Amino acid sequence: MTTGPLPLQPKISTSTLSVLYGAKAAVKNVSLDIPANKVTAFIGPSGCGKSTFLRSFNRMNDLIEGAHIEGSVRIDGVDIYDRGIDVVELRKRVGMIFQRSNPFPKSIYDNIAYGPRVNGIRDRKRLDEIVESALRRSAIWDEVKDDLGKSALALSGGQQQRLCIARALAVDPSVLLMDEPASALDPTATGKIEELIYELKDRYTIVIVTHNMQQAARVSDLTAFFYLGELVEFDETRKIFTAPSHRQTEEYITGRFG
Amino acid sequence: MVTKKRRLIGAGVIGISAIAALAIVGIVAAVTGTIVAGGWSTLSWEFLTAAPSEGMTAGGIFPAIVGTVFLVVMMSIAGVPIGTVTAIYLCEYAGTRSVLARGIRFAVNTLAGVPAIVFGLFGLGFFIQFVGGGIDRALTGGAELRWAQPNILWASLTMALLTLPVVIISVEEAIKTVPQDLRAASLALGATKWQTIRRVVIPNSLTGIMTGGILAVSRGAGEVAPILFTGAAYFLPHLPTALSDQFMELGYHIYIMSTQSTDVDATRGIQYATTLVLLLLTFLLNFSAIYLRSRIRARQQRS
Amino acid sequence: MRSAISRSVDPAFAQHLNTVSTMKQHQHEATRLLTRADLRKRTRPAEFIAETSITGIAFVSLAAIVMIFIFAFREAAPIFSQPDVAAGQVQAPIEEQETYGEEMVASAPESAAPGKESARTDRDAEEGATLENLLGSVWQPVSSVPKFGLLPLVVGSFKVTLLAILLAAPIGILAALFTASFAPRWSREVLKPTIEILAGFPSVVIGFFGLVTLATLLQSVFGYTYRLNAFVGGVAMSLAVIPIIYTVTEDALNAVPKYLTEASLALGATKWETALFVTLPAATPGVFAAVVLGFGRAFGETMIVLMVTGNAALLSPGIFEPVRTMSATIGSEMAEVVFGDTHYTVLFLIGAILFLFTFSLNAVAEIFVRKRLLRRFGGG
Ligand SMILES: Nc1ncnc2c1ncn2[C@@H]1O[C@H](COP(=O)(O)OP(=O)(O)OP(=O)(O)O)[C@@H](O)[C@H]1O
Ligand SMILES: [Mg+2]
Repeated sequence: MTTGPLPLQPKISTSTLSVLYGAKAAVKNVSLDIPANKVTAFIGPSGCGKSTFLRSFNRMNDLIEGAHIEGSVRIDGVDIYDRGIDVVELRKRVGMIFQRSNPFPKSIYDNIAYGPRVNGIRDRKRLDEIVESALRRSAIWDEVKDDLGKSALALSGGQQQRLCIARALAVDPSVLLMDEPASALDPTATGKIEELIYELKDRYTIVIVTHNMQQAARVSDLTAFFYLGELVEFDETRKIFTAPSHRQTEEYITGRFG
Repeated sequence: MVTKKRRLIGAGVIGISAIAALAIVGIVAAVTGTIVAGGWSTLSWEFLTAAPSEGMTAGGIFPAIVGTVFLVVMMSIAGVPIGTVTAIYLCEYAGTRSVLARGIRFAVNTLAGVPAIVFGLFGLGFFIQFVGGGIDRALTGGAELRWAQPNILWASLTMALLTLPVVIISVEEAIKTVPQDLRAASLALGATKWQTIRRVVIPNSLTGIMTGGILAVSRGAGEVAPILFTGAAYFLPHLPTALSDQFMELGYHIYIMSTQSTDVDATRGIQYATTLVLLLLTFLLNFSAIYLRSRIRARQQRS
Repeated sequence: MRSAISRSVDPAFAQHLNTVSTMKQHQHEATRLLTRADLRKRTRPAEFIAETSITGIAFVSLAAIVMIFIFAFREAAPIFSQPDVAAGQVQAPIEEQETYGEEMVASAPESAAPGKESARTDRDAEEGATLENLLGSVWQPVSSVPKFGLLPLVVGSFKVTLLAILLAAPIGILAALFTASFAPRWSREVLKPTIEILAGFPSVVIGFFGLVTLATLLQSVFGYTYRLNAFVGGVAMSLAVIPIIYTVTEDALNAVPKYLTEASLALGATKWETALFVTLPAATPGVFAAVVLGFGRAFGETMIVLMVTGNAALLSPGIFEPVRTMSATIGSEMAEVVFGDTHYTVLFLIGAILFLFTFSLNAVAEIFVRKRLLRRFGGG
């Protein structure tokens, strides 16, 4: 293991990135390199801009009226805010899991097949394969394989969230953005999600926002601490949690504020 | 401490407001009861399927039923899809903060309260005089009066305009019930905006859209003022066969029969029965809308 | 790195990737690196067609709405440009009439100029809609000397509308208060659909009910001379207005935040005191909006007044006298006028006034009241 956070060419790289809602900057001047096939955690007190920062990686901020960025975000060296970039294509490659699980009010099968279908895949056999492998990858196949036709809303909260992960995997992104994916779940369901994240990082670059320090410590390789829209510290998780170099980081992870 | 006086006033307040509520139930019962009682005996298969006869003092109301159905269908075809698409545009494409969208919303909302008779005037001034007159001049140089006069097409289009704001407002409401989360989920999966609308927004608000459409149509079905001078006819021995024909209509028939017919008292039975038919028609539309809405509510509570 | 990945891929997923990698425009599986080519802008015909046609259709319907605004005033415009649009003008081609609209403002003052008036004494007999004529108190559009005094019509409209509001407002507001504050669940479940039924009655049905039942009933109770009059009109009209007032009031009452009512109850106030002194005052702007909207509805309603007010354009103080409202005048006379003559134009003028009046009422309810409500409840 290397000591610095940059073992390889970064998967995602921001340089002096600011995200503004109108005139108000929610993310200020952040430069950060996120390595491929690692889990990177964003921590920090509520409102410090973690979600906003995360959403700038798949340009979901574009949907908010008045939101815009300064600086740049590169994925595999490609500037994703360039004028020639197709947002729809970008989002196929940068998947996102939301805090509140949001399955469509459709069957489990149709939820997973949604992405492939909007990509033009109609062939039933092919869809079957994609659905099965996505569900297997999300470790939920055994629980739902007998009722793929059942409404996704009938699943438990934890199952719904894993279904949403499977849904994202079905379009085969290379980056997975997770915004507090387990914050609404009980410890058992949270454990399952964490295990899943651990397994997925072989194949995906994962960025996760979390308020749960233990979770960040358990699942992530790298941790970034944000405060009031600024990046305070970014390093290996082990280091952040044992010997942070900033006082604010230490105060936050030891629970003195936030 | 609840004193005796306070309790008495309380009983009074609750009592009076309960009476007001009861009064409404009473009114509805009285109107419905009167019309059912008055019309029931005249209502028959023959009444529904025969044309008026003997100077409209006997016979049935078949042409008026057909005319009403034509009117409602044409009005729906012209108004509901356009209203629905406009609502989709306002909700999904026009930005909430744009001045244009806000202006449009304001116009739509206020237009919904403009009296029906004004729509009739518009139909006369715009469709009959301006459009119809223009067509006639173009076709025959104005020598022949064919389109510049009241007919079922102009009446339907006038009614479509009347229902347009109603459709737009209720469809917008239906679309707004689709959670933002679902749109975000779809877009994050790499679906385009239109794919998101077609596969997520519309399916999830379809019942609401239908409810809005039906309510608008039922409002239109009961309105008479806009067709008073845009197409409704006092009496026609035949059914409309062309768009440029006039037509008989249930509401207009009630109005004519009860206020201008040769022997108002002798035709009371016909008047009541016609009213009953119109009432049944609008009830049918309204109840299906209410039923659909209750199903949506039930579904929303489950999820 | 690469070897670690391939070792952990399970067979099913490898197959998935195979499948997925054949997806349209998808990157090659082995690298999984994004390239500019992956993300280049695509042309999506379906997307373009959908967006263009949705926008296009939306603009058509908006154009229609704008047209209504324009045409509501266009046909009435000749009044202001031609003080003596009279019988002689009837044969004029329609196109010529239509151009008058543009001069409306410019020539309006001229119409009142006395010099012009006197120069036309020979035509005074057929005089049309001068300002004095319109402000007169006699409405006799079809006579050798047509008189277009709007006063009786305006008074008629206000008489019926005020009567209707006086009846409907207490009933509607109290019933809404009952549903929102006192009613047991079951009675709410009865009341709501009942209101919807009442709202669903076509106005011609209410008119018919007023004509055959109410008129007779009320006459036997009050014993007045004319069976059809402003009073019967007001009573019948209130049936059409109650649902609006009820619905809007109930919405406003339900929008009052729970913490207000709960605080009141916690302080020992009874249910009715809370309803009367907390809920109702908090919802005043909404109740006001309800009444304003009800007023607008009653003012523009046509069929009911057409059928039950007796339709005599008399200027009288009593409420038991027959009246003719503005809307009823349009409804009953428009079918018989000659396109483009003074009578026609004056009817359109009445329509334009109705339009402006109800439109302003709605705008007041819309802007003023909503803002007040928002300020009161902190932008919720
Ligand atoms: N849609 C928006 N419009 C305007 N301001 C916003 C919007 N979303 C977020 N903000 C603001 O941007 C700042 C950062 O918000 P963000 O949601 O990114 O924080 P966060 O770190 O994710 O917080 P949390 O931990 O509570 O999720 C906050 O001050 C917030 O008020
Ligand atoms: Mg957040």
